Amino acid sequence: MLLSALGAIYPPARILTSRAELAPYECDALTSFRASPRAVVLAESTDEVVETVRACHRLGVPYVARGSGTSLSGGSLPIEEGIVIALNRLNRILELDPEQRTAVVEPGAINSQVSAAAAPHNLFYAPDPSSQSICSIGGNLAFNAGGAHCLKHGMTSSSVLGAKVVLPDGELVELGGESIEPVGPDWMGLFVGSEGMFGIALEITLRLMPSADRTRTVLSAYESLEAAGNAAAKVVAAGLLPVAMEIMDKLAIEAAEGSVKPGYPEGIEALMIVELEGDHETVDREFEQLLEVLEGAGATEVREPDDDAQRALYWEGRKSAFSAVGWLSPDYIVQDGVVPRTRLGEALAEIGRLSEEHGIRVANVFHAGDGNLHPLILFKGSEEGALERAEELAGEILRMCIRLGGSVTGEHGIAMEKRAFLPEMFGEEDIEMMRRLWRAVDPAQIANRGKMFLPEEELERDEAADPDAAPSSAAVAGTAGPPPGGASSGEARRDTR
Amino acid sequence: MSVRLRPDAVEEAQEALRGHERVLPRGAGTKPALSSPPDGTVTLDVSGLTGIEEYDPEELTFTARAGTSLGEIEAALAENGQYLPFDPPLVAAGATLGGAVAAGTSGPLRYRSGGVRDFILGVRFLDGEGRLVRAGGRVVKNAAGFDLSKLMVGSAGRLGVMVELSFKVFPQPQAWATLTVDCAGLDDALALMGALATAPLDLEALDLEPPGRLWLRLAGLADAMPARLERLEGILERSGERLEGEEEGALWREVRDFAWVAEDAAIVKVALVPKRVPELEAKLEPLAVKRRYGAGANIAWLAWPGERPAQELDELLRSLGLAGVFLTGSPPKPMVGTHRGGAFAQRVKSALDPSGRFPDV
Repeated sequence: MLLSALGAIYPPARILTSRAELAPYECDALTSFRASPRAVVLAESTDEVVETVRACHRLGVPYVARGSGTSLSGGSLPIEEGIVIALNRLNRILELDPEQRTAVVEPGAINSQVSAAAAPHNLFYAPDPSSQSICSIGGNLAFNAGGAHCLKHGMTSSSVLGAKVVLPDGELVELGGESIEPVGPDWMGLFVGSEGMFGIALEITLRLMPSADRTRTVLSAYESLEAAGNAAAKVVAAGLLPVAMEIMDKLAIEAAEGSVKPGYPEGIEALMIVELEGDHETVDREFEQLLEVLEGAGATEVREPDDDAQRALYWEGRKSAFSAVGWLSPDYIVQDGVVPRTRLGEALAEIGRLSEEHGIRVANVFHAGDGNLHPLILFKGSEEGALERAEELAGEILRMCIRLGGSVTGEHGIAMEKRAFLPEMFGEEDIEMMRRLWRAVDPAQIANRGKMFLPEEELERDEAADPDAAPSSAAVAGTAGPPPGGASSGEARRDTR
Repeated sequence: MSVRLRPDAVEEAQEALRGHERVLPRGAGTKPALSSPPDGTVTLDVSGLTGIEEYDPEELTFTARAGTSLGEIEAALAENGQYLPFDPPLVAAGATLGGAVAAGTSGPLRYRSGGVRDFILGVRFLDGEGRLVRAGGRVVKNAAGFDLSKLMVGSAGRLGVMVELSFKVFPQPQAWATLTVDCAGLDDALALMGALATAPLDLEALDLEPPGRLWLRLAGLADAMPARLERLEGILERSGERLEGEEEGALWREVRDFAWVAEDAAIVKVALVPKRVPELEAKLEPLAVKRRYGAGANIAWLAWPGERPAQELDELLRSLGLAGVFLTGSPPKPMVGTHRGGAFAQRVKSALDPSGRFPDV
């Protein structure tokens, strides 16, 4: 029934069902969760997407929309009894209007290609996740992606002005518009970051920003990670508004030097990259002030790149840190918690302590300007129980973020990875409201079901087992062990290798 | 039993809400078109829910109860050299933080810094059933859960009663300067705005006073200002009138607080983009409606004459496919023109307000 419905929409070559064809879609960048869907369809037009959603709704088949599959929280993990709607062929930039500073793109358009198309007009698209050369705008929108430069320019949400959307029952709606200032309730703002559970954005109107007249970047070195964190707090307190402020620790520096070789200072414990941009008359003066702050904050070395090529290399070292960590360890978990930026030093010291206590190496690369941590917890998946031990440490770091008044995710989203932690950050009423919203928008519960919230039956099961139990890493893992009663409900299986 | 409709505590607000079938919240009432209750609806006055609960200047964030006046917040921030970059209007008139969010009103500085939606971090609000719900957080970056804080922006008290809000703020610039430039007419002014859209120059505000006067505002280090003004004039290829100091600040406060709107006219906000300005101008010019374009002509502010029915503007905006909202005056419904959201909006409203306690959006 499902396949014949899909066959009415797509030619056979664009419906994938064989094991080999499905394999690349089994997981996204969170590779510890895998599931094989019933089929993957490769959409080439928005009409096909709408028809597919309508067919899914008619047949009660859940779907997952997928762009480039770079989610770090398992956002595009397939549903076993459902299908994947691949949007990466819908990658056109439909319109670019420099005078209005807008671009209209399809959901599969690649983030950095939007900036590339805008560059001849001295404009760029601000959100810059580290995966920007491959990640899609549709995925950025669904997870409210951030990036190093969102410190000044805001998250994806601040750059999405409007969208044509297909709701989970196939109804089409338009949200937002072209103006940077909406009128009426901010429906578009609610849709951004809804993790695919409110439908699929088919055409997205983006805000472009004018490129700065001057960009100045400085790299500073520190004797400890905590010292670097405190220096970041001092830059903020000095009233400077950097466009980006990033910190890497020794392990992350080592990984970067092992792969892209950015040429960072040798033998240091931590480094910070701070970037200012704006009018040259202002930036050149502020840069002097910044150097003074850094020197006063205990920097052991302060270095400005010689030219644009070196600046780009400094950034490449930072942006490729996640993949470079593969040079240090076969597997890792990347966390995304946020702490108040004044408590950064404290949070980093605590991560160091936890790392020692658990005997697990943790590399740190993070957005210091907004307190968004990215501890990379290194482990060897082939070792019995190593993933679970790494997850336990990850969980403790997330709880620390909540305890310090922060958040469990700054920019990667909840999806599979952190759904057991949402109830630790929010109260029952808060989560019930989110669930009510989801049920109202998608009564059939077919759009990316299983993400953000623990399945209700699992919740009930956990509660029945131990009403006071805090979510364990096993709960994060979905059905890590054999499910109680032995029946698999089609949940994703854990890949413990 | 009579239920207090001016609660001092959240629990009282919940009780008051649950005690009435039709409710509309109100802060200081500076945007009466949004806070005047339709027939059969009672006003829930939240102006008693006041006070800054948390403000850490080093963190550049604060949390305050929704009825706190913007004046109190601005004063607390100013003591620490900080400000609200979204530049909310009607501060002197007593506008509240919750009211600025509900009305979705940002001022001229939103051009560069962003609007209310870009600075709000978290909210606690009562849904239509009186349940206290928290969304977002208190840190500057957060992607956990649905972004209900943003939804509250522009919701006009129709989706929930806000009781507490968290925001991020920025350090105040050291100096301000303004250049006003008279262009040959609307086309000339719009062409110049088009050129400015892609120019490598940081403009804090860019307003158009039709037909052809542009207002350009710079902010930053005092030492850098003369050189930047000179470069700006170079890009414009014409010189303008320079303003600095106290006079400059006062001028923008008058713009922001609608001092240019006659007492018997209603303030209306319309969302648009610069390329739509000529069509709107063609419709408004013959009606002698005073108007001004803010945020690089992404907003039209209209002073809709008291003697003209709101219906007329509703039809005018519909004919152009534009959305608008009355902030003052007494229109039958504040939202005018073509609004988007459709089925998504209806479903979200039904989840937040299942018994229809608040007026329709």
